[in-house]
Amino acid sequence: MTTPTTSRSELPADEVTEAAPKPSRGPVWSRGPVPILLAVVIFLAGWQVVVWSGWRPDYLLPGPVTVFAELGNIAIQPEFWQALGRTLVRAVAGFGLAVLIGTVIGLAAARSRTLRAAIGSLVTGLQTMPSVVWFPLAILLLGLGESAIMFVVVLGAAPSVANGVLSGVDQVPPAFFRLGRVLGAEGWRLYRYIVIPAALPSYVGGLNQGWAFAWRSLMAGELLVVIPGAVALGNRLAFAQEFGDAAGLLAYMLVILVVGMLADAGFSALATGMRRRRGLAVR
Amino acid sequence: MSSATSTAAGAADSERGRLRLSGVSKVFGRGDAQVVALEGVDLDIAPGEFVAVVGGSGCGKSTMLSLAAGLEQPTTGTITANGGVALMFQESTLLPWLTAAQNVELALRLRGVDKDERRQRARDLLAKVRLGRHVDKRPHELSGGMRQRVALARVLAQESAIVLMDEPLGALDAMTRDQMHDLIESVWQEAGFTVVFVTHNVREAVRLADRSILMGSRPGRVIHSQPNTLPRPRHLDANLLVEMSADLTRRLKEEVAVHDDADYFTI
Repeated sequence: MTTPTTSRSELPADEVTEAAPKPSRGPVWSRGPVPILLAVVIFLAGWQVVVWSGWRPDYLLPGPVTVFAELGNIAIQPEFWQALGRTLVRAVAGFGLAVLIGTVIGLAAARSRTLRAAIGSLVTGLQTMPSVVWFPLAILLLGLGESAIMFVVVLGAAPSVANGVLSGVDQVPPAFFRLGRVLGAEGWRLYRYIVIPAALPSYVGGLNQGWAFAWRSLMAGELLVVIPGAVALGNRLAFAQEFGDAAGLLAYMLVILVVGMLADAGFSALATGMRRRRGLAVR
Repeated sequence: MSSATSTAAGAADSERGRLRLSGVSKVFGRGDAQVVALEGVDLDIAPGEFVAVVGGSGCGKSTMLSLAAGLEQPTTGTITANGGVALMFQESTLLPWLTAAQNVELALRLRGVDKDERRQRARDLLAKVRLGRHVDKRPHELSGGMRQRVALARVLAQESAIVLMDEPLGALDAMTRDQMHDLIESVWQEAGFTVVFVTHNVREAVRLADRSILMGSRPGRVIHSQPNTLPRPRHLDANLLVEMSADLTRRLKEEVAVHDDADYFTI
């Protein structure tokens, strides 16, 4: 065998394939945060118009100005921050537990055909079941307390997480499994280095959906399960309704909306960054 | 009848890189749906030899590589691969979440090479396939030819005695393919591994191989073996190379004519 000669013509370094053309920027009102601001303004204006129409008296349906003023009042009370804090702790703990359980179940079902056949449709079924349906049983079994809330939050969120894992693993190209075997990645190492990273975008989708279910279940739980001495966003909402405090009620609803939107924005940013790094179309 | 694929680790050094298929057949499905993908394939490929496998679509050439790589088991016959087997795929199966360097590093990592060493070796290997400036690019930022060069670097990282290539240049344009021929030939000459290169391009086979194996279909089997002692480096348009290609093409046409619904192949 001859050794390669240095005279062999140097390969021309081919150029990096051109980045996808940037989408045309369009008019001012379609760029960046402008559409969002526009939507908020239109929503607030619509709300104000309904108030002005006199459909319901002011004390039942206050306008945005009153509600934001009330929100300002609430925000300087320590009870508000206690409530927000407690709710967020519950949300994070419940969601965290759901992620753990959902991931383990998802991975186990992805790896074992039998387990998948056994619980696959159950997982989907649980996902379609409104989690609030679980509360009577949870209260019966666990009493009116934190564990009942956690129970339902986990049941609401875990199936979505498990489904995210399952569909992620399903979507791994068969060539990657072959590659893994050729590279000597078997068993757990195949999952660690190839399958799990490949399934990650779908997993993040499952987490996002799981979070949405956890948040809804938690709000339902806080409306239904009132633990004496433990203030939380949901039961502030219930109190506001009982005391006919419409402005406070709407202010708390806004807070709940904003928390949900912030979390969703976080997941979206995570998913978008991941897709961009992998060269998947973002738009 | 016995069937086995074995990787003889303790084989004598002089035998490292030998790939032997004896009486190999592969049947998919059962009953009426049964398809004989390969029948009675005997091949003895010497250490360091560059063998091209040519045939129309459906002649079982990819199946043969899967068997040789141990991804599937033969229905009958034995396959002995001395030294590890690496496989380069038709489409570069680079992992999109890793950079070029990390893709190569993964092969090293799975072989237990420690962190500092694999960083350096991945860089060296990418320089060898002339991608030294693109180590931190992700697959989607690279052209098709560059992606196959990363895949080649990853194959080199496996340091296998046998490298199987399954139509690795099929998706590339003629110009890029020509450059890849030079590159594959030079890394092969330097590393001295055994190559089984599957292609449907006859000219490519004659350009690269020490021996071209023709395969016929239904069932897939070896129909001809053409030794090739043309001096290297060879040029695709050299007269002798064109003549040898024409001979292979004629034989392939005869084989294809046997079947009514002839498979296509290219020159």
